[in-house]
Amino acid sequence: MLKTNQEAIEMELTSSSNSDLQSDRSGNISDTERWGSLITGGALVLTGLSQRSLRGALLALAGGGLAYHGATGQKSLQDKVTEATGLDKNIRVEKTVTIQNKSPEELYRFWHDFENLPTFMKHLKSVTIIDETRSHWVANAPLDTSVEWDAQIVTDRENELITWTSVEGADVDNSGMVRFKSTDRGTEVKVVIEYSPPGGGLTAAIAKVFGEEPEQQLGDDLRRFKMLMEAGEIATTEGQPSGHK
Amino acid sequence: MKAVCWQGTNNVQVETVPDPKILNPRDAIVKITTTAICGSDLHLYNGFNPTMQKGDILGHEFMGEVVELGSAVKNVKIGDRVVVPFTISCGSCFFCNRDLWSLCDNSNPNAWMVEKVMGHSPSGLFGYSHMTGGYAGGQAEYARVPFADVGLFKIPDGLTDEQVVFLTDIFPTGYMAAENCDIQPGDTVAIWGCGPVGQFAIRSAFMLGADRVIAIDRVPERLQMAKDGGAEILNYEEIEVGDALKEMTGGRGPDSVMDAVGMEAHGMGLEGFYDKAMQAVKLETDRPNVLRQAIVACRKGGTVSVPGVYTGFVDKMPMGAFMNKGLTMKTGQTHVHRYLQPLVDRVQKGEIDPSFVITHSLPLEQAPHGYEIFKHKKDNCIKIVLKPGQAA
Ligand SMILES: [Zn+2]
Ligand SMILES: [Zn+2]
Repeated sequence: MLKTNQEAIEMELTSSSNSDLQSDRSGNISDTERWGSLITGGALVLTGLSQRSLRGALLALAGGGLAYHGATGQKSLQDKVTEATGLDKNIRVEKTVTIQNKSPEELYRFWHDFENLPTFMKHLKSVTIIDETRSHWVANAPLDTSVEWDAQIVTDRENELITWTSVEGADVDNSGMVRFKSTDRGTEVKVVIEYSPPGGGLTAAIAKVFGEEPEQQLGDDLRRFKMLMEAGEIATTEGQPSGHK
Repeated sequence: MKAVCWQGTNNVQVETVPDPKILNPRDAIVKITTTAICGSDLHLYNGFNPTMQKGDILGHEFMGEVVELGSAVKNVKIGDRVVVPFTISCGSCFFCNRDLWSLCDNSNPNAWMVEKVMGHSPSGLFGYSHMTGGYAGGQAEYARVPFADVGLFKIPDGLTDEQVVFLTDIFPTGYMAAENCDIQPGDTVAIWGCGPVGQFAIRSAFMLGADRVIAIDRVPERLQMAKDGGAEILNYEEIEVGDALKEMTGGRGPDSVMDAVGMEAHGMGLEGFYDKAMQAVKLETDRPNVLRQAIVACRKGGTVSVPGVYTGFVDKMPMGAFMNKGLTMKTGQTHVHRYLQPLVDRVQKGEIDPSFVITHSLPLEQAPHGYEIFKHKKDNCIKIVLKPGQAA
């Protein structure tokens, strides 16, 4: 059942990406292209979901929430995705780094142990593995508080791709994906993180957790990952002397 | 320990600060025996870098003795005498692997600051603002050296501190600048700026086979030192440099030209004033009048080498001359690690004694005085070394 849905969506998304490129509408070609390059291997193509919810797409693929009924054209597909998730105001950041002298296999293995993530993702306090697909995440929030959620692996393609999403009842709905791709310049690691800012008093805490400039925070996280993988340690000046008074 | 701390524009002070500690497995601590004030420290002293913070420890040219090692450093021992490249390099990224050490991907924890302005970050640097990592510098009694297994170079016996300390920066910088001139037999090289880097560039240009070197400055003792190194000299306050260079080279212009001055070039006439004004109102951060002159003076098809430091934007580049004359420009922070062994070999063979450039040797405590005389070219000052531990 799952497989059938997935294949259907792949077909749908591929065709909608073509029409999107041809019609050059709303200037979102570069987004479309980025999403097109997001996942390689031909198994899963998210092209066409550029303005849609990552979490929704992942859940749709995992749970069959989005059925293939011969939908035609991008618009109707987007509507369906939005309906399926109820999310349409997400913050999404994506970054890529190239890492030398480490194979996709090695990087995949390190990342797949989510408990390793806090070593280079500064805002994470801890990640605890619950079982094969589930993990519990704790992130630092202001005033010694924290934000917590359980996450579930949605897609796990060995040495290539991991996607995950928070499960029902999370303090903040969020999703992510990491792709490892071998190139002649090293292994390209691409990460996409998406979260939906909740209303009310949590907003400030969430801004802190995911960064007031989320692009920069993800960029710094990936730079530290690269340092750790390439140089074996993360460059720092914290704790050095100075004449600050 | 005692350290030279930046306190604001035109204000450095020697303060007592905590000793450095090992922070990472690849760190080492070096007890500093000789350190120097560099021309580019004056850019910080003059307040041109907005990412300096009060209390930052200055200095990126230093050497000494290893006193402590992180668990991952195996190639040097406690007690070894070492020089420390001013560029911090991990030794294992794309750029380090290609001998482009000053472009290291992994040594600048504040890379995002530079990326905003330049798109990508070069390596971290010692004692050179937060934009290049915010690493504490070596004008101090001790310094922490990250990536010490690739960043420490052991000095062979029999060489004095004064002969090897400039391997950390100005000697390889002058040498790389000359190498970037792509010197062919019979070539004439024109060098703007006879400060310490210019002096090493002059001697390096001859070592690399230049037939003639023409050195341009206005400070008599610098011009004299250039002449002692074999250069023909031009004082730009007395002569129109562009015309003179053309006449001296049979109307052709120098085969390669070098801007060994950089962003704080002393303004000459209206054009200089224009740049100074632009810089003052932050429309232009660097004053490139030497670069403009050099491009216009260079012969057709020649090479422009830029060891001088630029950090921001320049205005009114003579792009027409650059393009229509088919020039090539080569530049970059120095890949110091690349030059350590070859240059120490030249010193050992007696081809050059880098200590020629030193005019002042002062105790560390006298650093404020040192900055003052270096900035204003007082007391015939060309290059100052500081000696931590020497009685003040
Ligand atoms: Zn320097
Ligand atoms: Zn490197």
